[in-house]
Amino acid sequence: MLYDVIVIGAGVTGSAVARELSRYETNVCVLEKCEDVCEGTSKANSAIVHAGFDAAEGSLMAKLNVRGNEMMGDLAKDLDIPFKRNGAMVVCIHKEALDGLKDLYNRGIANGVKELKILNRDEALEMEPNLSENVEGALWAPTSGIICPFELNIAMAENANMNGVDFRFNTEVEDIKKGEDGNWHLRTNNGEYVARYVVNAAGVYADTIHNMVSADKIHITPRRGDYCLLDKTVGGHVKHTIFPQPTNLGKGVLVSPTIHGNLIVGPTAVDIENKEGNNTTAAGIDDLIAKAGDHVRNLPIRNVITSFAGLRAHESHHEFIIKEVEDAPHFIDCAGIESPGLTSSPAIGEMVGGMMKDMMGLKEKANWISTRKGVKKTEGLSVEERNALIKENPAYGTIICRCESITEGEILDAIHRPLGARSLDGVKRRTRAGMGRCQAGFCSPRTMEILHRELGIPYEKITKSGGKSNIVLERTKGEVSGS
Amino acid sequence: MKTYDIVIVGGGPAGLAAAVAAKEAGNDSILILERDHELGGILNQCIHNGFGLHTFKEELTGPEYAYRFIKQVLDLGIEYKLNTMVMDIAPDKTVTAMNREDGMFQIPAKAVILAMGCRERPRGALNIPGYRPAGIFSAGTAQRLVNIEGYMPGREVVILGSGDIGLIMARRMTFEGAKVKVVAELMPYSGGLKRNIVQCLDDYGIPLKLSHTVVDIEGKDHVTAVTIAEVGPDRKPIPGTEERYTCDTLLLSCGLIPENELSRSAGVTMNPVTSGPVVNESLETNIPGVFACGNVLHVHDLVDYVSEEAKRAGQNAVKYIADGCKEAEGANVIELCATDGARYTVPSTINKDRMDDLLTVRFRVGDVYKNSFVSVYFDDERVMHNEKRILAPGEMEQIILQKKKLDEYPNLKKITVKIEKE
Repeated sequence: MLYDVIVIGAGVTGSAVARELSRYETNVCVLEKCEDVCEGTSKANSAIVHAGFDAAEGSLMAKLNVRGNEMMGDLAKDLDIPFKRNGAMVVCIHKEALDGLKDLYNRGIANGVKELKILNRDEALEMEPNLSENVEGALWAPTSGIICPFELNIAMAENANMNGVDFRFNTEVEDIKKGEDGNWHLRTNNGEYVARYVVNAAGVYADTIHNMVSADKIHITPRRGDYCLLDKTVGGHVKHTIFPQPTNLGKGVLVSPTIHGNLIVGPTAVDIENKEGNNTTAAGIDDLIAKAGDHVRNLPIRNVITSFAGLRAHESHHEFIIKEVEDAPHFIDCAGIESPGLTSSPAIGEMVGGMMKDMMGLKEKANWISTRKGVKKTEGLSVEERNALIKENPAYGTIICRCESITEGEILDAIHRPLGARSLDGVKRRTRAGMGRCQAGFCSPRTMEILHRELGIPYEKITKSGGKSNIVLERTKGEVSGS
Repeated sequence: MKTYDIVIVGGGPAGLAAAVAAKEAGNDSILILERDHELGGILNQCIHNGFGLHTFKEELTGPEYAYRFIKQVLDLGIEYKLNTMVMDIAPDKTVTAMNREDGMFQIPAKAVILAMGCRERPRGALNIPGYRPAGIFSAGTAQRLVNIEGYMPGREVVILGSGDIGLIMARRMTFEGAKVKVVAELMPYSGGLKRNIVQCLDDYGIPLKLSHTVVDIEGKDHVTAVTIAEVGPDRKPIPGTEERYTCDTLLLSCGLIPENELSRSAGVTMNPVTSGPVVNESLETNIPGVFACGNVLHVHDLVDYVSEEAKRAGQNAVKYIADGCKEAEGANVIELCATDGARYTVPSTINKDRMDDLLTVRFRVGDVYKNSFVSVYFDDERVMHNEKRILAPGEMEQIILQKKKLDEYPNLKKITVKIEKE
């Protein structure tokens, strides 16, 4: 089948582009090498909607960050995903660095960030009593927010899919050639795909994909960041997102509540070569814990429930590369999408959608669906609301994940929806089942039972996250024949 | 929804024994709420034997032991609800629970018995570096997969932590044809029972490496190898001691955490050492009429002691209701302290007016002590001095206090349990 557009990568960038393209009369396909959306950089980051004072003045990064931040409120409403502008503070702990805070303020103003304010020590401590004793001042950015990166990514992809975009999972692009027909021919492990236009949203692999079609090579460095996620009981240790002052390696180790009420600490920044190297290291975690304590006092780090690492797709100029490749017409790069990539994703989608509309002469669909309903959540419902739901569907009366109080009804919803969950991680990212303090110890056998029953996947084929991540190997020897 | 005098949260060994004792003590208005689809709790997946030596003087499997109590619950006509999750316990003892048949419902109870058990410490809480692939299980999850679901997680196994479930699973996986390559334990001593080390590791030639931990996990999709290293006295890995084991499964048996989220939200005061409620001689928490027993109170080594403790909780709940649901009088309260190697005591206080003739005080030690003494002081006077050939953190210890002995000390304020060299 000939597609008008193939998007490579179903992370936040690819999904945002796909959603914007789904507004138009054009056929679009997203190719994703993993078994689900949100499997790379998009799944392991700080989950912050940055205000936009970090990026260099006049850069595309600055423009898209601020625009993405502006768009996020309405988008979160349209896509039924939780989002909160909790505000961020960049905390200065050395008197001699106070000028740096002023520079950051000025850059933010130049970038168009609204409501920025410099706070003195007392004002900062009043707003955030658990800041370090050493605080000298802080930059206050009330437009900064927290979001669930999984839900943002999943929601954009689902919405694109509802509007006719095809998604092909477990499909890895191995080579791209311009055919004699003038179209792009993409060789994958699942056969050949042909498209008039290609959008490269391959995250840490954006250089590999780009370099398949262009003589003007780019290099993406995976910049690994370790994180610790802390229990909800200490989620209120700080109310705002607390940053140190930035360095040339990035925004530094932040401490922030998450949208779901945990506390997140991270990331470190280590440049590596392995694009799959998202392993945590002892040194990384130690470094993280040491640095996080500089700006926040009494950090309850022993309440950690999990640690993880993410890879930022760092391009040496620290700038988003979003343009048609000069020596490869009809091939559009979205490369170097590192932080603030999550924040910028809606704006990247808007920008690429607009570019392609003009390039391709696209017409808007009459019946484009702009909204999507998320997995129906039961947390916080009143007794009456719960009982109404249980009466309608008794599965909402069975708790599967004890730690996060996730019902069977929510898991069924996550499985039976556009681009539904196929694995334990797929269920986890759509419902939070398994994301709590026991880290799926109790619920994984139950969730496996549901995946087996609903999708007919044999137990041995149920995976954690696709590929070879099978949970169990085989039947025990004690199986009774016919059982 | 029907109302009940006593709501028991959890239908495992603690909840069952508490229910039976409460019924036998004369209360007919008891409800057990169990989140799983059968009574018995974790015992159902403990298919090995060794349960019940103290209680029944015979060696039973976990399900057999559980059934002894389930049968009594059934014979006595005690009510229970399965597949029912308790969502909240209010400070006024209103229990909110939910299941698919009844929906969400509330029971204003006169007494609540906390019997929720415990959960395993997950990989995340241990901050083990490396990848996060499939093939990493807490030992109890693997036990459920093998014994209840009937599936093998893998064929080549490394185990971190020498808690009892890990030791049992080393043997269980071996029975099922897997190769258990090593058990690594961070501490210089095992966290499990001596008998389990002998019967589950030594008998099968499985090496136990004390003062070792996992320093790397390899495998992007699925575990392919695990590296362990020796740790120094600071429990930090010693460079150069790394040993790499190819494997497809990593089991974790690194400690159990009492599941007290409901207790905390009810306002129950916690003991930071046990992560369980602070209780008095009646196993009653700071909230009058809320009792705790079993692994939610403190992690036990033997289920027999859980049953014994739960029986007292059940009896005391009935007594509390029979006495008119009154708050315990504040007078004559003696504080119990654990020092010098004793980590905690359960209970934490004794109201002499309410104590039985004999009171069992349970505790654990924080290190291995050879040829030492368990001493008990009444204020500054040593009144007990029991020689012990060995004391180990994996084994629960107990002392028995006699009411008549306490009566000899009318001004007694504090009882201290210590480990002494001589």
